[in-house]
Amino acid sequence: MRPRAVILGAKSAIAHALAEELAEAHGYDLVLAARRSQQLRPLAADLTLRAGVRVGLLEYDALDLAAAPGLAARIRGETGDFELVVQVFGYLGDQARAEQDDGELLRILNTNYTAAAVALNDLARYLAGRGAPGGIIGIGSVAGDRGRRSNYVYGAAKGALALYLQGLRNRLADRGVHVLTVKPGFVDTPMTAGLQGLFLVAPPARVARDIVRAYQRRRDVVYTPWFWRYIMLLIRAIPESRFKHLRL
Amino acid sequence: MAQRQTSGWGLYPRIAAEVDPVRFPEDLVALVRRQMPLLAQGNCRSYGDGCLAPRVASFLPLNHLLAFDAERGVVHAEAGITLDKLLRFIVPRGWFLPVTPGTKFPTLGGCIAADVHGKNHHREGTFGNYVEALDMVLADGTLLTCSQTEHRDLFEATVGGMGLTGFIYAARLRLRPIRSAYIVLRSLRTESFAETCRVFAETHDQYPYSVAWVDCLARGAHLGRSIVMLGEHEAADAAAPEGSLRVHARGALDIPCYLPAWTLNPLTVRAFNAAYYRRHWRRDARARVHYDPFFYPLDIVTNWNRIYGRSGFLQYQFVVPFRDGEAVMAEVLARIAARGTASFLAVLKTMGPQSGGMLSFPLPGYTLALDISRRDAGIVAFLRELNGIVAASGGRNYLAKDTILERAQFEPMYPRLDEFRAAKRRYDPHCLFRSLQSDRLGLT
Repeated sequence: MRPRAVILGAKSAIAHALAEELAEAHGYDLVLAARRSQQLRPLAADLTLRAGVRVGLLEYDALDLAAAPGLAARIRGETGDFELVVQVFGYLGDQARAEQDDGELLRILNTNYTAAAVALNDLARYLAGRGAPGGIIGIGSVAGDRGRRSNYVYGAAKGALALYLQGLRNRLADRGVHVLTVKPGFVDTPMTAGLQGLFLVAPPARVARDIVRAYQRRRDVVYTPWFWRYIMLLIRAIPESRFKHLRL
Repeated sequence: MAQRQTSGWGLYPRIAAEVDPVRFPEDLVALVRRQMPLLAQGNCRSYGDGCLAPRVASFLPLNHLLAFDAERGVVHAEAGITLDKLLRFIVPRGWFLPVTPGTKFPTLGGCIAADVHGKNHHREGTFGNYVEALDMVLADGTLLTCSQTEHRDLFEATVGGMGLTGFIYAARLRLRPIRSAYIVLRSLRTESFAETCRVFAETHDQYPYSVAWVDCLARGAHLGRSIVMLGEHEAADAAAPEGSLRVHARGALDIPCYLPAWTLNPLTVRAFNAAYYRRHWRRDARARVHYDPFFYPLDIVTNWNRIYGRSGFLQYQFVVPFRDGEAVMAEVLARIAARGTASFLAVLKTMGPQSGGMLSFPLPGYTLALDISRRDAGIVAFLRELNGIVAASGGRNYLAKDTILERAQFEPMYPRLDEFRAAKRRYDPHCLFRSLQSDRLGLT
């Protein structure tokens, strides 16, 4: 039997690339969870034809926090058992607006952290009690490694998610459930389209390849592309007394 | 939405454009509802300005296979899928593209919009002949499926219509069954243009694929000397019936940056052409080659267009009818040789009957395609002179490769232009869909 992976937030460009990588290169059946999931029918048809895997669509709104506790049961009810969860949804938002508007602030914090935490809380419970090896992949960000004026709201949420995943990894390590934290740099997606000052922008397919490879090698944290580990090492090494005056 | 530098494969012209990536068919409806001029853009493999506009909808994310009928060999796919991705799916299943251009990187939508042809045009016609239906999003947001039998005017205006009639969301394409991914190739060396024409005529019915590489710098008695390549799909490989449906590999080389100006000059090109010609030292050679080097020899070098440097190049392709064709072609070749215009690639082929699309390029005759560096001063004026000769003989230029055609030269070349304009008025009365080329040619 083929393993099945659930992709939460399956509409993003990274999710799309991950779906292709998991289905084509590794033969996973998939559950694509997103709002208006019917829009993903062409992707589902494509993956079914080319990779011969089964692809289910799941109507899912990450911000409906009250619905999160039933998520694992709903996935199993609608499509069947699963062993891997990939949490991809996120919201970059507008830092300047968030500084003025609590609505935007909460939307950034809730999407990137709270919604991810409640969804993974339910799915982790299920995977931990399932009695078989499984995994959780969470997409953080290099922005979560240090607070910067240009995007610290997004960074704070992604940084919190990284801490959450770290704790989850600790909790599940002895239960055979592996947790991978992904920290992508700039990826060429609609989320970053039109932003100023981007550099070293990576194609989603490359990021997806890195992520699945890191998961298979049971890595705990992966930067993608790899050089971001060293860029962030440098950025974290700047003393705070100097860093606070920088415009980054 | 993002501002990007965009250009066709010839790297000229290059313009900044607002690029909207289209993820879902609903996005297409939302885009036309804004009622601002725009153009569908695929992988920008057409050479000139036919794929350029200040606002474009990028179809690259719309690249999904929707359905496959394994009995009939019909694939239904979104327009942004590349031939590369299609081939990876169909070849192992024993099917091939019914018609293929010389690169596997254009999108399905682009192949329909340019109604591309291949080495088998003399026998099989254009790409559009194998399109069973088009799912379109029109200027007013309507979704409509058209074909040879349904909304035929829209279908015939869209096949070869350079994206000007509406968005092609998806298409059904009829494939060709194959037993092997290999081509049985025969190469004939000819000493003159007359001999090349004779070989084409003699082998017309024998081989589904034929093309000639012409040494454009050879003059006098050697004018038009060529290597004529003839091919057909290999019949089943008895030894390895499964293994012979091997799909192509990724390109092996890349040109990572623009090459400096001096690399291509008449001297280096002449040396290359002479060496290439001599390499075929046998007058009649046979070989078995994979479809990839046979149909897509340049795809092995990613970004090969950069060898022409940052200023780019012009691709020039025209067709002249068989009647006087030999004489007209000889005249054109003589002018090119006399000018010493450096062309790496000069490709000659015969074309068969005209087909469906109102603005489709092919007509029965000889077609010649040239790559010419833009550093050659005065090249535009020279090519416009050639346009005059082509037009006078009843021939025409290929819009997918055009950057320089003038409206007055263009109009008499395409006798179904009025029909096209009528369809355009009907389906896109406010000229929402337009390109730099359509503005230049007075189509919008």
